[in-house]
Amino acid sequence: MPIQVLMPALSPTMTEGTLAKWLKSEGDEVSSGDVIAEIETDKATMEVEVVDDGVIGKLLVAEGTEGVAVNSPIAVLLADGEDASAADAVAAPAPAASEVPASAEAAAPAAAPPPAQSVAAEPDWTGPTVTMTLREALRDGMAEEMRRDDSVFLIGEEVAQYEGAYKVSQGLLEEFGDERVIDTPITEHGFTGLAVGAGFMGLRPVVEFMTFNFAMQAIDHIINSAAKTLYMSGGQMGCPIVFRGPNGAASRVGAQHSQCYASWYAHCPGLKVISPFSAADAKGLLKAAIRDPNPVIFLENELIYGESFDVPDDADYTVPIGKAKVLREGDDVTLIAHSIMVGRTLQAAEVLAADGLNAEVIDLRTIRPLDIETIIESVKKTNRVVSCEEGWPFAGIGSEIAMVVMENAFDWLDAPVGRVAGLDVPMPYAANLEKAALPQVEHIVDAAKAACYRT
Amino acid sequence: MAVKATKSKSKRASKAAKSNLQASGEELLQYYREMLMIRRFEEKAGQLYGMGLIGGFCHLYIGQEAVVVGMQAAITPDDAVITSYRDHGHMLACGMDPRGVMAELTGRAGGYSHGKGGSMHMFSKEKNFYGGHGIVAAQVPLGTGIAFAQKYNKTKNCCLTYFGDGAINQGQVYESMNMAALWSLPVIYVIENNKYAMGTSQERASAGTELYMRGTAYGIPGEQVDGMDVVAVRAAAEMAVQHCRDGKGPFVLEMMTYRYRGHSMSDPAKYRAREEVQKVRSERDPIDFVRQLLLDGDHTDEAALKQMDREVKDIVSDAAEFAQNSPEPDPSELWTDILVDA
Ligand SMILES: Cc1ncc(C[n+]2csc(CCOP(=O)(O)OP(=O)(O)O)c2C)c(N)n1
Ligand SMILES: [Mg+2]
Repeated sequence: MPIQVLMPALSPTMTEGTLAKWLKSEGDEVSSGDVIAEIETDKATMEVEVVDDGVIGKLLVAEGTEGVAVNSPIAVLLADGEDASAADAVAAPAPAASEVPASAEAAAPAAAPPPAQSVAAEPDWTGPTVTMTLREALRDGMAEEMRRDDSVFLIGEEVAQYEGAYKVSQGLLEEFGDERVIDTPITEHGFTGLAVGAGFMGLRPVVEFMTFNFAMQAIDHIINSAAKTLYMSGGQMGCPIVFRGPNGAASRVGAQHSQCYASWYAHCPGLKVISPFSAADAKGLLKAAIRDPNPVIFLENELIYGESFDVPDDADYTVPIGKAKVLREGDDVTLIAHSIMVGRTLQAAEVLAADGLNAEVIDLRTIRPLDIETIIESVKKTNRVVSCEEGWPFAGIGSEIAMVVMENAFDWLDAPVGRVAGLDVPMPYAANLEKAALPQVEHIVDAAKAACYRT
Repeated sequence: MAVKATKSKSKRASKAAKSNLQASGEELLQYYREMLMIRRFEEKAGQLYGMGLIGGFCHLYIGQEAVVVGMQAAITPDDAVITSYRDHGHMLACGMDPRGVMAELTGRAGGYSHGKGGSMHMFSKEKNFYGGHGIVAAQVPLGTGIAFAQKYNKTKNCCLTYFGDGAINQGQVYESMNMAALWSLPVIYVIENNKYAMGTSQERASAGTELYMRGTAYGIPGEQVDGMDVVAVRAAAEMAVQHCRDGKGPFVLEMMTYRYRGHSMSDPAKYRAREEVQKVRSERDPIDFVRQLLLDGDHTDEAALKQMDREVKDIVSDAAEFAQNSPEPDPSELWTDILVDA
C-alpha cells in the first residue's frame, strides 16, 4: 500500500500552512528522517521529515501553495516494488482544516468539584496537661513522630548540632543521631528538592526552613515537584512531606525577613497549609501533618515560640487538619484569625466586651483546606464578620474569607465583611513604622465596631 | 578524596571504561532492538503530533538512544531513574508499556497518568521511573533525594539522574552535587550533551565546555563518554554504578550525543545547519553503529534484522492504535489525585 504523507501540524495551534519548497522530487528514494519539504507558518519556516522508507511516487501539492490544511495529503510514498500508478489510487481529497481529528472540539462537561468534606473536631481534652512553650511543643511533636516512624527525618540548616536557629530542635540530634537529624549546607533550592525526592521514595521528611522567607528559593520544588506530582502521575506517587518554620513578621528585621506566606501557599491545590496559634494545636497539628500522606506547609511564628500553653500530656494526641476552632463564643460579630493574630484578636474581643459587644473568635488553625463550615455557622449566628491577618491585604486570606462568606451566607450578612491586614508596603525597619505597618489590637476593635455600625 | 576527571581519548571509548568494551552478539541484538524501539516510537509520536493527536510540547529522543539503552544495561530493576521532559526513551528503556506511554502523549485515559500528565510528566513507581519533569534541572535534586532515600534505607541501589547540557548551568545542579558528595549519595549524574539547549549551542551557554569536569570542585569523578556507542556507554555506566555500590558517592558521566529532531516539535532549526545534522546521522548514528557490529561479527543477517524491524514496528503501531482508541479521561478525573485521602 502506498503511504500518504500528510501536511503536519508543527504546533498545537497550526491549522494550515504554506508549502514553501520541495526538497525531493518524484522518483527520489527517501528513508525515515529525511527532510522532504519546507513549510511556512505565520511563525516560522519548518522542515517536513518522512517517517517511512520508500520512493516519492507523487507530489500532490505544488510548491508555493498557500493555505494547505493540516492533515491533507501532500505526497505519496511508494514502498518496495510498488510502481507509480499505485500513487494515483490514493490521492484522496484533502480534508478541510476544520476536520482535524481529536482536538476535543466538544468540550466535555466539567465535573463538579467534590463537596467539601466536613472534618470532625478533636474531642475536648479532659486528661492531664503540661505547661510548655510553643517551641517545646513543636520539638516534642517531632520527637514523638520520629519515635513512632523510622521514615521520619528532620533536615534543614542548623537543625542538628546548633539545635535549630530558633532552638526548636533541641535534643533531637542526641536522641536520633545524624542520619535522621541532618544539617544541610545553605542550599534551600537543593535540599528542598532533595527532600521531595526522598518523599517520592516514601520517606517522610520534615524540612525546616530557618524562616519561610528563604523558602522562596525553594518554592519551585514545593509547588511544581511536591504539590503537583500526585496529580501529574495519575495518583501513582505523591510526597508525604512537611515544610515548617517561622513565618510572618519577626521584629525589626526589615522587609526581606518579614512576610506572611499563608496566601501564597494556600493558593495552590495539592498542598495543605497549617498556621496554628496555641502550643497544643501546634503540637497536635504538626503530628497530624507528619502522618499526613500529602505535602503540608506548616507556618509557625517566631514571636510566640516562647509563649506557654497547656498541652495534652499524651503522645497520641493529634489535632485534625482542616478544622477551625471557636476560641470564644459570641453573637455580635465573628472575628477570624490565624497564628499570632489569634492572640491579638482575643485581646480585641476583651476590649469589645467592655464596650458591650460580644465577639466570637475563630482560630482557623488550618488555612487550606479552609473550614468553611465553622465560618458559615458562626456568620449565621452573628451576621457580621471581620477577617484578621498579618499578611498583605491584596489577594490575602481575608479576600478568600470574604468570598466564601458571600458564596455561602450572603443573605445572612448585616454588614460588609471587614478586613484587618498588614499595610500594603514592604516591612519597614524603623520601630514606629514597623508598628504602623502591622495590624494591632485597636485596628481589630475598630473594624469590629464598624461591622456592627458602632463608633 | 582525589579528584579524578578524565576525558576520553579514543573516539569510541572512554579511557577508564576500556575494560569492558566487548559485548556479546546476544547483548548487541538486545541493545539494537531497544534502540530501534525508541526510534520507531519517537517517529510515530512525531507523526501523531503532525496529525494533531498529540498536544503541547513533545520532545523527541531520536539520535540519543544509545545513552539510555547503555545506561540501563548497567543497572538492575531496583535502581531508580529520573529525567527531564525528553523522557519517552527513558520510559521505554525502563520497561514501561509503549501503549501507556503513547496514550499519555495523546492525553487519554489509558495513559500512565490517565492523561493528566502529558508527554513531560509521566511516572512509574512500579518500574522505579520517577519522571518526567518539566522544569529544567528540577530532576537533579530530586534524583539526589532518591539516592538519599536509597542510602537512608540501607540499600545498595543507585539513581540515574539524567539532564541536559542546558540544565547543567542551573544552580540547583551544584547544590545537589555538593550534598551528594558531602553525604556520599549513590547518584549518577548523566549529562546528555546533545550540543543544544533549545536554540542555544553549548558553546554559547557554558563557560568551559568540559561538562564532565563540573563535579570536580566537589571531588566528584567525571568521565566523558561517546554517547553514540552503546557499548562505551554501558562500560562507563558499569564503572559508575560500581562506584555507587561501593559507597563512594556520586559520579558524573557526560554523554556526547546529538538530537536529530528539533528541540520540541515547533523548532525552526535556524541555529544549526542541515549538513551538521546529516553528518552525524550518516557517520555516527548509534543504531547503524550496532547494526554494523552485528553484521560484521556475523551475529545476525539482514533478513533477521528486517524481521526485528517489523516486530518493533508492529509494537509501535499497536501502541499508536491504542493511544488513538483509548477514551479521553472521564471528566471526574479533574478532581481526583489532588490529595491522598489521609
Ligand atoms: C527552569 C526552566 N527554564 C526554562 C525552561 C524552558 N526550556 C525547556 S527545555 C529548555 C532547554 C534545555 O536544554 P537541555 O538541558 O540541553 O536539554 P535538551 O532539551 O537538549 O534535552 C528550556 C530553556 C524550562 N522548562 N524550565
Ligand atoms: Mg541539550
